[in-house]
Amino acid sequence: MSNRAINLLVPIVSVILGLVVGAIIMLISGFDPLAGYLALWNGIFGDLYTIGETIRQITPYILAGLAVAFAFRSGLFNIGVEGQLIVGWFAAAYVGMAVELPKVIHLPLAILAAAVAGGLWGFIPGLLKAKFHVHEVIVTIMMNYIALHTTNALIKTVSDGGDSTEPVFASASLRSEFFENLTDFSRLHYGIFVALAMVLVMWFILDKTTLGFELKAVGFNQNASQYAGMNVNKNIILAMVISGAFAGLGGAMEALGTFEYVSSKGGFTGIGFDGIAVALLGMNTPLGVIFGATLFGSLKYGALNMPNAAGIPIEIVEIVIAVIIFFVASGYVIRWLLQRAAIKKEAK
Amino acid sequence: MTKRKFGLGLSLMLAAGTMLAACGSSDEGSSTGGSSESGGGEASDFSVAMVTDVGGVDDKSFNQSAWEGLQQFGEENGLKKGNGGFDYLQSASDADYNTNLNNLIRRDFDVVFGIGFLMEGAIKEIAEQQPEAQLAIIDAVVDAPNVASVLFKEQEAAYLAGVAAALMTETNKVGFVGGMEIPVIERFEAGFLEGVKAVDDTIEVDVQYTGAFDKAELGKTTANRMYSGGADIVFHAAGATGNGVFTEAKERKEQDPDANIWVIGVDADQYEEGQVGDANVTLTSALKEVDQAVVDIANKAKAGEFPGGETVVYGLAEDGVGLADPRGAIPEDKMAQIEEYKEKIASGEIKVPETVE
Repeated sequence: MSNRAINLLVPIVSVILGLVVGAIIMLISGFDPLAGYLALWNGIFGDLYTIGETIRQITPYILAGLAVAFAFRSGLFNIGVEGQLIVGWFAAAYVGMAVELPKVIHLPLAILAAAVAGGLWGFIPGLLKAKFHVHEVIVTIMMNYIALHTTNALIKTVSDGGDSTEPVFASASLRSEFFENLTDFSRLHYGIFVALAMVLVMWFILDKTTLGFELKAVGFNQNASQYAGMNVNKNIILAMVISGAFAGLGGAMEALGTFEYVSSKGGFTGIGFDGIAVALLGMNTPLGVIFGATLFGSLKYGALNMPNAAGIPIEIVEIVIAVIIFFVASGYVIRWLLQRAAIKKEAK
Repeated sequence: MTKRKFGLGLSLMLAAGTMLAACGSSDEGSSTGGSSESGGGEASDFSVAMVTDVGGVDDKSFNQSAWEGLQQFGEENGLKKGNGGFDYLQSASDADYNTNLNNLIRRDFDVVFGIGFLMEGAIKEIAEQQPEAQLAIIDAVVDAPNVASVLFKEQEAAYLAGVAAALMTETNKVGFVGGMEIPVIERFEAGFLEGVKAVDDTIEVDVQYTGAFDKAELGKTTANRMYSGGADIVFHAAGATGNGVFTEAKERKEQDPDANIWVIGVDADQYEEGQVGDANVTLTSALKEVDQAVVDIANKAKAGEFPGGETVVYGLAEDGVGLADPRGAIPEDKMAQIEEYKEKIASGEIKVPETVE
């Protein structure tokens, strides 16, 4: 079997395996797997509304995935995407509601605020890592909690004791009437273009600039990079700042597109943590992140329709979705099995 | 050889596609048939549904209470779970509220409830987009002509809980565990503090917020600190986080059956939560009868009197809040005292503040 065939077969076989195991789980729990998968399919591609909402769900996943992938390429494990996304969310919503400006200034300003807030949240762990060798995993995890509770307190302050800010002005909103009419009032917004543009930006930085070359070199081997005359500390901090800015933009998508406000949260959104899986599924490449985010976002969003249309409890649905992603992620095992099978045949 | 394998893969994919497509059309056919049937022949063709917040339908608190209300309404009207009857959808994250609400509206439920203040933004948005739909929201006010807002005077139930705690404490120290610092929970806190003070203003109240409604382990450690610090009665208004308060109290009761350890439950009657062997640590519960409110709104809507655009407030006078049966945990004479306070609040003689001063 040629390499190309294997490359094509691996994802197909893994998705089918995931679906089969998911079906078995539904059968054992006494539900109809066909009805379940049909509901999943319709939940993702059923009509224009669900398609719009699916893309809406994919948007923040792309940016969270980019954030994790970018840090990864520089040899850093950014678990703090969640927190960076939350501060970005708050910053964008605050700028969006606090002042009213012409759209051409207001919208970019709100988006920029999110990137700066996220970047700042990434800067602190980057600085600690570079100067004092504090491991970024610990710092970023703790920064998540600080972000969550600080923004909750800030929301309370700016809303006079309430639990959610005023909605952002139309001049800062990413929503579009065009998309709303097209997709029967789904929350699809222009943010998807921002996310795709950032994919390009990441590809450009990593593959076309000296900075990207240095970042990747630091990721491969810090000592060698230092010996080659690169400023390792500067690169570590920069990598975390850029990664945090991507995550902050993910928050801006929620603040200016999906919700148009920020409300106090009892727990994490989960988008940042899912971003880790998105990045790994996409092999930490910009293009791969789009595929990872599409898979994650579609399954997450489509899953909502399974209790709705097929009456399957959300707990079972979550297991089935997890199983599918699990099999997609274990593509290496399937590749290995396929290659072994091919070698055996050739030996005969 | 390679080509054959590749072809096999392709044809498999095609087959899967047609299979999915085939059952797509057949299922759609049957489901439209089903809904037209249930729409026509039934004795009652009024249907209701609800969307839970992230707490989920089995939170042993207000989501569950609302769902019990829907089930009760369904039973009274001979409805079945599903289309044309009553149903619920559970939300896994804040982003899911819109979709879930829309899904239920598309399934033609006559009234759709959003349970919890977290859904305020979503209800507001959908109410504008779907002016034909009748929506109701619990614990928040949405100003739209097709939304009924339901509020409770939590402070009145909490006041009675405070009175009960003050009458029953032996250490002159009681505790309050809140979920998030939001207006609803602050009403509980304000009422509780006021109730304790009304009986004896030397009693110390330890107030702690855990910042979450779904973290039982936080509830447990907070309760641990309170009981260790000398409090003997802890009132929680923290949803599933409060389950940890019960766990802590039960563990202490198990180690020392004579310990004077009590929990005051919230929203629903949490007596069963407090059962430990033959003993029980639940003193009483500050009831917030979400189920009765849900039934009430559903009945009004069925009679064609849906209170759209209005804010309906349920207090002690309307039997919308109250204190659960302590099942002997509070002696008769003290119950009589609590009853006096209750009458004074219902008649308006005592006004319970909504916020902590």
